[in-house]
Amino acid sequence: MRLRGRRIVGGFGEGIALVLKSPISFLEGVDSRGFIVDPETGLEGRRISGRVLVFPWCRGSTVGAYKIYSLSIMGLGPSAMVCREADIISATGCGIAGIPLVDRVQPDPLKTIRTGDHVKVYADLGLVEVSKRTLRPESPPRRS
Amino acid sequence: MRVERWIEAALDGEYGEGLRIASRMLVAIGEAFEADRLIPVRSCHISGVSYRTIGEPGLRFLEDLASSGVKARVKATMNPAGMDMSKWAEMGVPENFAQKQFKIVKALESMGIEPTLTCTPYLAGNSPDVGSHLAWAESSAVIYVNSVLGAMTNRESGPSALASALTGLTPRFGMHVNECRRPTHLVEVEGNIEGALMFSALGYLVGREVGRGVPSIPSVRGASGDELKALSAGLGTSGGVSMFTYKTQRGLPRIKVHTRELLNIIEKLSTGSGGVVCLGCPHLSLAEVRYVLELLKGRRVRGTLWLFTSRAVYRRASSKGLVQALERLGVRVFKDTCMVVAPLEDMGVKSIVTDSCKAAHYVKLITGGRVQVSLMSREECIKEAIEREA
Repeated sequence: MRLRGRRIVGGFGEGIALVLKSPISFLEGVDSRGFIVDPETGLEGRRISGRVLVFPWCRGSTVGAYKIYSLSIMGLGPSAMVCREADIISATGCGIAGIPLVDRVQPDPLKTIRTGDHVKVYADLGLVEVSKRTLRPESPPRRS
Repeated sequence: MRVERWIEAALDGEYGEGLRIASRMLVAIGEAFEADRLIPVRSCHISGVSYRTIGEPGLRFLEDLASSGVKARVKATMNPAGMDMSKWAEMGVPENFAQKQFKIVKALESMGIEPTLTCTPYLAGNSPDVGSHLAWAESSAVIYVNSVLGAMTNRESGPSALASALTGLTPRFGMHVNECRRPTHLVEVEGNIEGALMFSALGYLVGREVGRGVPSIPSVRGASGDELKALSAGLGTSGGVSMFTYKTQRGLPRIKVHTRELLNIIEKLSTGSGGVVCLGCPHLSLAEVRYVLELLKGRRVRGTLWLFTSRAVYRRASSKGLVQALERLGVRVFKDTCMVVAPLEDMGVKSIVTDSCKAAHYVKLITGGRVQVSLMSREECIKEAIEREA
């Protein structure tokens, strides 16, 4: 499935999607090792490193932009972000960290992407490519 | 958004990592807010200086950026730090905090940012001309220079104002566009409003009502610069306001304000009683420092009275003998910092008394209610400091 949106920060990133139900504050909602600690997101305890974060927008302090940067240079940051509406924190944070960021994606990424899907973000083209999560393959029939 | 050729090159890393990061940030913000292009700015003011505010992630970012060798291309000043840079030990700031704070200021200075360390740069040598485009952070200063001095700046964040300092550019949208500076609400004030406390409460109330709008408040025309400074701080605290205006036009939604509503706000923001009396949010002007000395009328304070101002005003107050006269009466005059960005709990402060709704709001928020705040007028604050032992 292909979704179209707007480039905020260019580049390419891919990984398993983490779809957050609520806006995220990077300052308080993610710890210094890159684990989500905000229960509102529905993904408390999940690690953001190497993932594609899908969320409505950022909330809270603009210092959150520094948090995105510091996680990223320690190799603990997400590989790309997709949000409904970019805001000053996501734009600044991804801008300084060089994390591809796409917003205003149609159809609504929070409804079309599911946690576990594999997502490729071609930010310069505003393109998000989603491979749906495959169900766990059944174990092959045993040879008797 | 249209982008200059040299910014394109900077994005590709042709001018090093520092300018690459700065230009990527500005382009991202410009794209997000649908700016048409980047425009030159006359000056920048950078927030997020206190170690208390930005912590390790911010320190790391600033040191990395500074090590790339990038320098400010326009005049740029700094918001307050978490301590008086020379009298930090007297404030009770821990050594470990002080070391981190020195590193932050050093990193910013090495990028050519002036260590003004104040939220009132317009009283400390960074006073913009009418109509000049700026990239300032610190909401109280943004609102003051947009509204009182007629400059044009959005409410920048610490990193975006720094990116503008390093490139000399800002994305053109919002407050840089005349159509966005028209009033959206008309505020009618009933009764007479005087002094920093009431003006800050008026700002706090109006900011809450208008969100990101531009309130027209004709009744504050003629107020003193210090009162408008307090109003600006209140406006920036409770909402997303970037400016107010005296101009009005027909058909605006009206907001009626009674003085009793302001007293309600003051009461709601007050959680404690007594404590360290702190004045200087925003930083005190020279006239305000002098006024505190006048109110004391030579009486010694039995409690604790801390004044916060910029090093620029401190220098002037000192050369006129005001600082010395205040210290003889037991008042402590600190520069470079304030009660909002200093590590109050680590300094052993449990409650404060102040005349700033902004300080009351943020101290409560930042300390999670561990530091109590009570709000009083400036005159009552001085009385409290003279009469009550802290």
